[in-house]
Amino acid sequence: MADSDLLLSIRNLGIEGRSETGWSEIVKGINLDLHRGEVLGLIGESGAGKSTVGLAAMGYVRDGCRISDGEILFDGQDLRKSSRENLRKLRGRRIAYVAQSAAASFNPSKKLLDQYCEGPVLHHVMRRAEAERDAIDLYRRIQLPDPETIGFRYPHEVSGGQLQRAMTAMAMSCRPDLIIFDEPTTALDVTTQIEVLSAIRDIVQQFGTAAIYITHDLAVVAQMADRIKVLLKGREVEEAPARQMLEAPQEDYTKSLWAVRSLSRGTPPPVPGSRKPALEVENVTAAYGPTVVLRDVSISLPPGRTLSVVGESGSGKSTLARVITGLLPPRTGTVRINGQEMPPAYRARTIDQLRNVQMIYQMADTALNPRQRIRELIGRPAALYLGLRGQKLEARVRELLEMIELDPDKYIDRRPSELSGGQKQRIGIARALAAEPKLIICDEVTSALDQLVAEGILKLLDRLQRNLGIAYMFITHDIETVRAISDDVVVMKDGRVVEAGPRDEIFSPPHHPYTELLLSSVPEMDTEWLTRRLETREKDKPDVNRD
Amino acid sequence: MERLAVLRTAPPSAIFGMVMVTLYILVAFFAPLIAPFGESEIVGGAYEPWGEEFLLGTDTVGRDMFTRLIYGARNTIGVAFVTTFLAFIVGGIAGLLAAAMGGIADQLLSRLVDVLMAIPSLIFKLLLLTIFGTSIVNMVLIIALIDSTRVFRLTRSVAMDIVVMDYIEAARLRGEKLPRLIFREILPNATAPLLAEFGLRFCFVFLAISALSFLGLGIQPPTADWGSMVRENAALISFGDITPLLPAAAIGVLTVSVNFIVDWMLHRSSGLKD
Repeated sequence: MADSDLLLSIRNLGIEGRSETGWSEIVKGINLDLHRGEVLGLIGESGAGKSTVGLAAMGYVRDGCRISDGEILFDGQDLRKSSRENLRKLRGRRIAYVAQSAAASFNPSKKLLDQYCEGPVLHHVMRRAEAERDAIDLYRRIQLPDPETIGFRYPHEVSGGQLQRAMTAMAMSCRPDLIIFDEPTTALDVTTQIEVLSAIRDIVQQFGTAAIYITHDLAVVAQMADRIKVLLKGREVEEAPARQMLEAPQEDYTKSLWAVRSLSRGTPPPVPGSRKPALEVENVTAAYGPTVVLRDVSISLPPGRTLSVVGESGSGKSTLARVITGLLPPRTGTVRINGQEMPPAYRARTIDQLRNVQMIYQMADTALNPRQRIRELIGRPAALYLGLRGQKLEARVRELLEMIELDPDKYIDRRPSELSGGQKQRIGIARALAAEPKLIICDEVTSALDQLVAEGILKLLDRLQRNLGIAYMFITHDIETVRAISDDVVVMKDGRVVEAGPRDEIFSPPHHPYTELLLSSVPEMDTEWLTRRLETREKDKPDVNRD
Repeated sequence: MERLAVLRTAPPSAIFGMVMVTLYILVAFFAPLIAPFGESEIVGGAYEPWGEEFLLGTDTVGRDMFTRLIYGARNTIGVAFVTTFLAFIVGGIAGLLAAAMGGIADQLLSRLVDVLMAIPSLIFKLLLLTIFGTSIVNMVLIIALIDSTRVFRLTRSVAMDIVVMDYIEAARLRGEKLPRLIFREILPNATAPLLAEFGLRFCFVFLAISALSFLGLGIQPPTADWGSMVRENAALISFGDITPLLPAAAIGVLTVSVNFIVDWMLHRSSGLKD
């Protein structure tokens, strides 16, 4: 490509962040070239600096950070040396940004169309009336339903996937040369994600816009990017054209990222002695006020096995967990743990009944009391349920820490804020184990974690299950996790069980139509997957094109 | 060590505040040692000017002004502290209970507080003091009760944010009883905003006591108190003598100092949340 095509060129970029002891490096020595109309995928785990690099491409750094080195040339001008005024003219007009959570990025008190028009009017690209017409045109192109009227709605009146598309349309409003997408589909369900991905890809192609696509999901980036750059701890690991990167990654780190998806396991040995199911839910119907969220749900889980409950947000899977734990007493139906019928409300359950069902939460940050030390966090259930005191309690806490592969001497007196995300989740596991339960409910336990860390957590859970014979109920929307860890699978939609059975049965045809849709929406590690997927869908089901 | 390192990061305003508050506390503690005369000892004629013998002159009945200022620190600060503490015990526990129990308990407590807060507080205090009679104990109890409604509001709203956390849900599901839930799980996470509120509330209580004393319903003579000292010597102002402003300034400086510290603490606690 000719050099006149070069839109963005970042040379030897270094960014520092302020810490208690002074300035510390968070990004170092990043080089990046982007030509007009090209899409660059930026991938890495959290803390790899991918968002920081993405924002630096706009000449922007977050509070408490500074660019310490290098140059950022956008269309020939160095953004580091540009005045604030000049940067303000560029941003929104020639460089646009699409954030991860559209719901949090839109102004909740202004209509979509008003927010769309702000940019073009401010930058004198269009008059208000033109901008409105343009918005409708772009809404149509990005396949939003009712493009003429959707702009008159407030952000809370449209779905998450539609909002993310509206934000992409908004980024496009000034016809920028470069758009930075920062994890635009991470918060969405798989069936919604596919809509947003295809919309973004189409519109970027139609206008020949260059884009930086930031994500931690390899399969997603494979669909979107021409080239992929892998980051680790603020440094570049490698860069290659997308197809080459998928087929023949060079560096060990990249290979390890690729390998994570191949986790699998065999069936754990049966638990001796016990025949009764660890968990039985029978004909449960539950509601929040007048809104019925579970309809006649029945599931069963043998001791020492893993049951995955899959479904998109709003399918009722988390509500099912609340019914089992007794946080939400059901309208009708019963919950039995280990053959024993549970009182509907947790307040009415005995201490031993409470002990038998433990939870591990999605966000370890909010699940561990930040003011307590590990000793107390793990020790409390052991003291409460098993009456351990003093030396025995200390010994038990140390034993539990060893089980979750954390050095007791090093960690026992720490607070949660002194642990990494994966370590916090391990403490959550240890706290559940301390109660010596029959059933552990794992609510999206890996969805907030990086892939490598998540894999470690899943392996740990699997090993603990084999040793201790605990049954797991896994609530997740991640099909890969389900495939990796479950014995049985329950697929839920709109509060109903649509399909249930052993894992291999669910994952092999014939599928229930909804299961089929769910499975086929999971991106695969193949650059052509999205294209193929869209083609087959056009043929089979023209009516699925909705949120 | 950790705490000391934190002090070094304090801005000048907070350092000023801490120095001043320490000074006030020292003066309050060692009042009999510092003061040249007895608290209500009549040592000279009325309204003696500033000078060698009476540093800041004397008051209406010939008591040493400087001595009374020092004893005033002891009385006014002491009473204000006890009152604020009581208000926090009552309002804090009620607020935590309301947040942790929710439902009817929360409704009852909150509506009761609404009713109490609907009446303008100074007028309400005056009214109650007239009904129950003016004594230090009555005043402390009445101010504590009325100010506890403000503490309740704050504690409840802070605790509400904590109660929705997963770790509270986990504690409930574990079968923890209410006292442990409140004091071990919720309260430790609410201390920063509550401490800051303690500082602010202390100032309000302090001002309320001074105001009541100024009106003659607070701390009764001959006990030295800054509020009543302003009133007793107010006549001097018309002769261009600034002496009556001194106790007022003492109140002002303390209030400002406490606010400086509180500002810094609030800044720190909100910064730590990220």
